[in-house]
Amino acid sequence: MHEAALTFDPHAEEDRTSTGIPHDKMGMWVFLCSEVMFFTGLIGSYIVLRFGSKWPDPKQTLNIWLTAGNTFILICSSVTMVKALEWIQRGNIAKAKLFMCLTLLGGSIFLSVQVYEYRHLLHEGFNPHVSLFGSTFYTMTGFHGFHVFCGVVCIAWCTGKLFLGKYTQQHHLGIETLGLYWHFVDLVWILLFAIVYLI
Amino acid sequence: MTTEEHAEHAVPNYMAIFWWLLGLTIAEIAWAIIPHHSELVLASGIVALAIVKAVLVALYFMHLKFERKTMGVLFASTLILGMILVSVGIAEQVLPRP
Repeated sequence: MHEAALTFDPHAEEDRTSTGIPHDKMGMWVFLCSEVMFFTGLIGSYIVLRFGSKWPDPKQTLNIWLTAGNTFILICSSVTMVKALEWIQRGNIAKAKLFMCLTLLGGSIFLSVQVYEYRHLLHEGFNPHVSLFGSTFYTMTGFHGFHVFCGVVCIAWCTGKLFLGKYTQQHHLGIETLGLYWHFVDLVWILLFAIVYLI
Repeated sequence: MTTEEHAEHAVPNYMAIFWWLLGLTIAEIAWAIIPHHSELVLASGIVALAIVKAVLVALYFMHLKFERKTMGVLFASTLILGMILVSVGIAEQVLPRP
C-alpha cells in the first residue's frame, strides 16, 4: 500500500480527491448543487403560482427600498468575504480579520433588517395565512433567511478561529469553503429579490 | 496541488465586480418602477438583469471561472435540471389542456 495512504492527517490540505480538488471544497460544491435544486423547486413553484393565478402587486405590499438597501448590504458582505480570502492568501492576516468581521457585520445587519421587515409586515396584517402571495413570500424569504442565519453562525465560528491563529496563509480552506456558501446565499438572494419583490 | 497553487490565478478586480453588481441592482429597480405595457416585458428585463448578476457572483466571487471544468459541469448540470423543472411547470400553466 502506498505510504501516504497509511499516514492520514486530517489537517493536511494536500490530501486530495481523485479530481484534484480538496475534499471540503468538493463537499461544499456538491452540497451547493443540492441547494440549487432546493431553491429551484421553491422559485419554480413561485413562478408557476405567480403567473397562474390572480396576484397582487408586490410593490404595494412590500417595502422595495428597504429590501434594496438590504440587498446592497448582502452584496457588500460578499465582497468583504472574498477580500478576506484574498488577504489571507496574500498572508495579511490582520486585513483578513478586518474583512471577516465586516462580513459578519453585514450578515447580521441583513438578518436584523429582515426581522424588522417581518415584524412590520405582520403588524400590517400581511401574514402567511392571508394569501397565496403571503405563504410563498414567507416560505421563500424564510428559508433564505435561515440560510443566512446558518452562514452568520459559521462566519462567527471561522472569525473566532482566525483570531485564534488557526488559519494561515497556507491553511485557510475553511474560509474558502465558507466563502463559497456565503456567495451562494448572496446569489440566491439576487434572484429572490428580483422575482419576489420586483416582478 | 496545494491551496497556494489552487489560488494561483489572476486575482479578479473584486471592486469592479461590486460596482457592476451595484449598477445592475439600480438598473433592476429602475426597470421595476418604470411603467410597462405588459408584465412579460417587466419580468423579462428584471430576470435578465438578475441572471447577469448571479453569473457575475458565480464566476468571480465563487471563482467558478478559475476552477476546474469538473466544478462547472457539476454546477451546470443542476442548473439545467432546475431549468427543466421550471420549464415543465410553466408549460403546464401556459399550454392548453385537452
